[in-house]
Amino acid sequence: MAATGKTIRNIATALLAAGALATFATPAFAQRDPAYAAARANGTIGEKMDGYLGFVGSPSGDLKKLVDDLNIRRKASYADRARSQGVTIEEFAFTQGCLLIARTVAGEKYQAPDGSWQTRGSGPARVDPRCPAAG
Amino acid sequence: MSGARWKARLTPAAAGANTAPMEIQRGIAPGWQRLIACGTMAAGLSALGACVNVNAPAEPIVIELNVNIKQEVLYRLVDSAEENIEENPEIF
Repeated sequence: MAATGKTIRNIATALLAAGALATFATPAFAQRDPAYAAARANGTIGEKMDGYLGFVGSPSGDLKKLVDDLNIRRKASYADRARSQGVTIEEFAFTQGCLLIARTVAGEKYQAPDGSWQTRGSGPARVDPRCPAAG
Repeated sequence: MSGARWKARLTPAAAGANTAPMEIQRGIAPGWQRLIACGTMAAGLSALGACVNVNAPAEPIVIELNVNIKQEVLYRLVDSAEENIEENPEIF
């Protein structure tokens, strides 16, 4: 009986550890809509300097709807935080854009300070000189 | 270093301006006093063998605050922006 109890406890511990590991190993963007994740990965859309998503080419109707919706939700979050920080939505969105561009991964598109679309390589992204260095 | 006292005062033209340019004026410290003080100090610090002269700049000093405030705001916002990504991962 005691041995069985111990075994169960060991299994429970192992499961807990595995769960914790999975939680840490899962990147935040695992919660992205698959269609959104795919469009990011294949470079149909990219991160703009103003903190919103932009289309690199001409998107399909479905993708446009999806991205427009994400941008609307992004703007709502910017508005909330801008208000509590006492800055304009544009100022907050710009800062968010600095961060989002810095966090693109290789192969994704982002807007460079000159306004052109760039593909993120292995090096750092070209961010606006006004962007804070942290990120 | 020689007990020279410095005073800053607003130039009359800029007294009401936001940027408040400052003109630094030399107060009580005639040249000969400084020379004596400098010489005394040089003797005392002969091992160092140098006497540092500080001269007031000819032009008024204007400090541009706008740039610093902008940067300070941006840095404060970064924390909030990072939090935003963590709290709403599905839209980023």
